[in-house]
Amino acid sequence: MTNELKVPTMAEMMAEGKSPEVLFWVGCSGSFDDRAKRITKAFVRLLNQAGVEFAVLGTEESCTGDPAKRAGNEFLFQMQAMMNIEVLNAYDVRKIVTACPHCFNTIKNEYPGLGGSYEVVHHTQFLKSLLDDGRLTIEGGSFKGKKIVFHDPCYLGRANNIYEAPRDLIQKLDAELVEMKRSRANGLCCGAGGAQMFKDAEPGTKEINIERAEEALDLEPKIIAAACPFCNTMLTDGVKSKNREGDVKVMDVAELIANANDL
Amino acid sequence: MSYLDNIFFAVILALGIGYFAMNVRKLIRNIRLGRDIDRSDNPGERWTNMAMIALGQKKMVKRPISGILHIFVYVGFVVINIEVLEIIIDGLFGTHRILSFLGGFYDFLIAFFEILAVLVLVGVIAFLIRRNIIKIKRFIHSDLKGWPKSDANYILYMEIVLMALFLTMNAADYQLQFRGFPHYDQAGSFPVSSLIAPLFDGMSDNAVWVIERACWWLHIVGILIFLNYLYFSKHLHILLAFPNTYYANLNPKGKFNNLDSVTAEVKLMMDPSADPFAAPANADPNAVPEKFGAQDIQDLNWVQLLNAYTCTECGRCTSACPANITGKKLSPRKIMMDTRDRMEEVGKNIEANKGVFIPDNKTLLNDYITPEELWACTSCNACVEECPVNIDPLSIIMDMRRFLVMEQSAAPQSLNAMMTNVENNAAPWPYNQQDRLNWKNDN
Repeated sequence: MTNELKVPTMAEMMAEGKSPEVLFWVGCSGSFDDRAKRITKAFVRLLNQAGVEFAVLGTEESCTGDPAKRAGNEFLFQMQAMMNIEVLNAYDVRKIVTACPHCFNTIKNEYPGLGGSYEVVHHTQFLKSLLDDGRLTIEGGSFKGKKIVFHDPCYLGRANNIYEAPRDLIQKLDAELVEMKRSRANGLCCGAGGAQMFKDAEPGTKEINIERAEEALDLEPKIIAAACPFCNTMLTDGVKSKNREGDVKVMDVAELIANANDL
Repeated sequence: MSYLDNIFFAVILALGIGYFAMNVRKLIRNIRLGRDIDRSDNPGERWTNMAMIALGQKKMVKRPISGILHIFVYVGFVVINIEVLEIIIDGLFGTHRILSFLGGFYDFLIAFFEILAVLVLVGVIAFLIRRNIIKIKRFIHSDLKGWPKSDANYILYMEIVLMALFLTMNAADYQLQFRGFPHYDQAGSFPVSSLIAPLFDGMSDNAVWVIERACWWLHIVGILIFLNYLYFSKHLHILLAFPNTYYANLNPKGKFNNLDSVTAEVKLMMDPSADPFAAPANADPNAVPEKFGAQDIQDLNWVQLLNAYTCTECGRCTSACPANITGKKLSPRKIMMDTRDRMEEVGKNIEANKGVFIPDNKTLLNDYITPEELWACTSCNACVEECPVNIDPLSIIMDMRRFLVMEQSAAPQSLNAMMTNVENNAAPWPYNQQDRLNWKNDN
């Protein structure tokens, strides 16, 4: 775990006259949220292990504008989008990987109309391709037979029809992958999307993240796997509210694989 | 004198179809109140969607029980209407069972219609039980208080009456054929109504004939009433599901449209050589600046308005909505019902004012849909995924949020704080952009 992370920035790469195979878009959550930063680092360790030549924007990265757009502020969204597109195009970025389904969706679907067209993949898809190409191997031992339930992030699943990549990765761990009744296209939201992450919920009878955490806990899993930093936060809070944080962990798919590989 | 029947039939038919056509014109006028949106791309994919989703009921069977029962009623409805063709020809020309020259195939058709009629009855009775006895949650939801609840039951009763008339008519016809009554030649095969026919055994020929004629007339009149009821009910989906699935959004569900009016302004802001005070070239001095987002139905696009007329209030969207499940006020079904109700109100206003809409100090926002409902949405797309006919309630919610934020600056305080952070330091939280890479050296 002590291996120093190699995280070159685009600026450094450019200074060396190199261009990376892929840009890792870290996202605000992955940059600033303490829990999500651990996901970022787990993913970077896997990239380092697989020898992927990647780069980050570092201090040149800024919010994609997703929360502003979903909150209804199209102005702010487009300002952010156009500034980001200028930076990305200036570096001649072709391929982007991100661990955040919200960044993924926005850059993939909403940037092309504003002049930013890139090949955008979610980190679970990217890890899957590394695996398929033999650049990364997964040592399943530590998760063998453990019950893992996967929660579909809305902006990965329903929004972009990506259901299998994260499941394929979990299955490589020799774990027992179980499904909630509401999964894949019928998955229940964690409650964070549409800018809800940044506001209190409207009056109701229950918090959405608790409803979802209960559904996951009913299956008595060892691990609730997520593939989105916001889902991770919401489900972690939900598990805590049921006082189950001692025996059930909420982890990102990248963390599972990094753990399995002893990284 | 013998032509009286036929003339009477032609008049009823013309009235029934004429009144329906008049209402269809209103419907088209109301849908055209919406903004333009181009959905002429990818005709191949659109036809496929219509074939699979509307014609093929692909999304209905995601919930197998209601899906299969619905297919009974749907197939029955579509196929038995071939019989209506025969009824219309017979009615206009005074013939009886004009299609019976088809011989064996006619026997097959009639037998098939009868079996379908029974399946329709099974489906409709099951639907009534689900609504009124089992009281499935989405059918007793507060969205449906009053007229919508009665509307749903009326439609089911009407279908029972129509099927009962159809089978009774066939049973009487079968008796008359059996007795060799004049003009009732042996035609058709009656697997179901032949079981009802013995009820007429003790009756005179004339009495059975009167029953047959009465059922025949009531059946066609019932169908015309049903046709004209559509416009006033939630039941328009039987027609509009087809255009609705054709014109539905084909993009990934996560892709929200970028507002072009905003793009133009943002580009101007970001262009260092642009003169912000310069008058635009060739500007129309009377142009009204485009409203950002939607406050009323005229601000929505015509596909969203078509969605509202297509909604049959099944409530699958609401039953899958995370906000509704956890007791919030938001119900995607209500968003669609409100949009339609407001559209009808605006339409009536236009009729009362000789073709012009006179502002009535009401809007879809606030008078029908409250900000509390709009802010409860997580944009998770569960409602869009659930809709068996590809209605998109989320797009209306987003357009109304845009109006709240960009025209009225009426976002919740905490969202304003988030947006201020994005503006000032390029993240939704108050962290400095210069610290973006600090995670690399954290432990």
